[in-house]
Amino acid sequence: MTTSFVPLVLLGGLTAAGVYLLLERTLTRMLLGLLLIGNAINLLILVVGGPSGNPPIRGRTSDGYTNTADPLAQGMILTAIVITMGIAAFVLAMAYRTYRLNTEEEVADDPEDAKVSEFAAKDIAAVEDDRPQAVPSRDTDAPDELDALPGHEGSA
Amino acid sequence: MNLASTLIPLPVLVPALGAAATLIAGRRPRLQRLITLAALSVSVTACAALLYLADRNGTLVLNVGGWGQSVPGMGPLGITLVVDRLSALMLVVSSIVLLAVVFYAIGQGVRDGDERQPVSIFMPTYLVLSAGVCTAFLAGDLFNLYVGFEVLLSASFVLLTIGASKDRVRAGISYVMVSMISSLIFLFGIALVYAATGTLNMAEIAVRLDDVSAGTRSAIFAVLLVAFGIKAAVFPLSAWLPDSYPTAPAPVTAVFAGLLTKVGVYAIIRAHSLLFPSGGLDPVLLVAALLTMVIGILGAIAQNDIKRLLSFTLVSHIGYMVFGIALSNELGMSGAIYYVAHHILVQTTLFLVVGLIERQAGASTLQRLGGLAAASPLLAFVFVVPALNLGGIPPFSGFIGKVALLEAGAQIGSVLAWTLVGGGVLTSLLTLYVVTRVWTKAFWRTREDAPQGHLSAASPAALIDEPEDIQFVDRDNVGRMPVGMVAPTGALIAVGLALTIFAGPIFSYCERAAAEVLDRSQYITAVVGER
Repeated sequence: MTTSFVPLVLLGGLTAAGVYLLLERTLTRMLLGLLLIGNAINLLILVVGGPSGNPPIRGRTSDGYTNTADPLAQGMILTAIVITMGIAAFVLAMAYRTYRLNTEEEVADDPEDAKVSEFAAKDIAAVEDDRPQAVPSRDTDAPDELDALPGHEGSA
Repeated sequence: MNLASTLIPLPVLVPALGAAATLIAGRRPRLQRLITLAALSVSVTACAALLYLADRNGTLVLNVGGWGQSVPGMGPLGITLVVDRLSALMLVVSSIVLLAVVFYAIGQGVRDGDERQPVSIFMPTYLVLSAGVCTAFLAGDLFNLYVGFEVLLSASFVLLTIGASKDRVRAGISYVMVSMISSLIFLFGIALVYAATGTLNMAEIAVRLDDVSAGTRSAIFAVLLVAFGIKAAVFPLSAWLPDSYPTAPAPVTAVFAGLLTKVGVYAIIRAHSLLFPSGGLDPVLLVAALLTMVIGILGAIAQNDIKRLLSFTLVSHIGYMVFGIALSNELGMSGAIYYVAHHILVQTTLFLVVGLIERQAGASTLQRLGGLAAASPLLAFVFVVPALNLGGIPPFSGFIGKVALLEAGAQIGSVLAWTLVGGGVLTSLLTLYVVTRVWTKAFWRTREDAPQGHLSAASPAALIDEPEDIQFVDRDNVGRMPVGMVAPTGALIAVGLALTIFAGPIFSYCERAAAEVLDRSQYITAVVGER
């Protein structure tokens, strides 16, 4: 069996890059490493499946090639791609979950919202001035108007 | 043959369809449980019938979709499912374990579960896991074995990180990465096999590899061994296991510990005896087995958490199976097969018992446990029987398996084999020491004597656990152990004891299985036909 040199070099390079990325501690880089190695192996299966140029349909010729291309190699690659994709989705979900668990989740304020609340603060201050002020000495168990205030609900 | 061809796909098909049905019934937990139990019961029945048929008629073969042979003497075109005595035994034991554990999980969920639990995911994933395990055991095709591995691994990723608490996500990351790397190495091995032989059917690979040069053959075997070694947790490749298993909920850990590594061991048996029977790498395997046994058990001695401790004994006892396989003689292989069956049962039972201990005492570390024998004699009983079984005390099946392996080692008689025999005895003694240590600390002494005996986890945790420490006296009374959790544990102990009581017939079955595995002509003839 003869194989061309370029895919072999390519898959060697992909594997090397993949291993390098896998040695990182960052989950996304490790995932990229996995994907690269997965692609390298898919390429290997393709190389192993026979030389290029053969027609994919039985009984046809293509540029003088008469052997049918090996469909099994392509079937394997497809299966492997699908599996890798599913796992990649899972790893990404996990990376997101780690991020959520390990970093402070602070959703930044909307700047427009902040302006609105600045305006609103003045109005609220005006409203606060109108509210009845709590006088602790007047606070008894007997029901009175202060009971409506938070923190003064009929406390002893 | 007609009955067999109906039965063979059932262990895969029924759980897979059950998974779909439970997913649809996601909002109706009772229906989900019913479907799961029904699917797994059907699977157990089918596996038992297959065991009987495989023992009576020899290797059973099913070409899926009728894509059989096109040319006599060549392999079948499509996917082949093969049941011989070895895979039938694996199927029966693992389907029994799967059924028992799901009973336990249901019992735990019913008693201790609450609204937050993602039970609607648990059942379908669990059924997918069972389908994956059965696919791997049934595969007569290297790529189908890979697909089986992937199915069970994907399901195990979800089960291990269920609830996605901080600990589980951390453990899940290393587990997912290590498993994926092993799968990629396996795929790499498949590509090499395909390059060397041009086929994926295992029987046909076995025939064609005879024409491949010895060096190439050893290289391919080494690649496959690394892949299966990671899955089976053989020593240099075992560090991921004690790190990831203990964080999962008890039933999940139990089923992982029992089955997933054994699927790797099964793949090693197949590769070693069917595909690469020359035994070129046997010395390497023997050394790996020795290191797995000794280093695994030394790791277990150092542990304080019972779950981690048991994970290390799990790694250690994988060494026994690899030892039996690498001896390449019939007694060694039958000992290994018997030991796989024994170890699946006993390890699962022990992890289920740890689940009970966690529930009743609110802790699984030895620093916090004490007085359990007085608090619950039943709990002490269900711990001590499988623990002594694991340690290899004479009447139990662990002893029978170990004796067979040691005898097989003595039959070979080389220096390396005798070293392994010595290592096996040492490991057995240390295992006994380890389980006795758990016994004296968790069961014998009073809780006040434990360094942190006053602390415990807040409440019995079913599937999600967010550990929260409280004073032990403040813990709510958790009541008696739920019948739904004790009964499956007891049932597994009973099955484990049956391995002892019916050791004669079962061991002679294992001998027949080993003979069939080592004489690969039966397997090859059944799949490829007479040549």
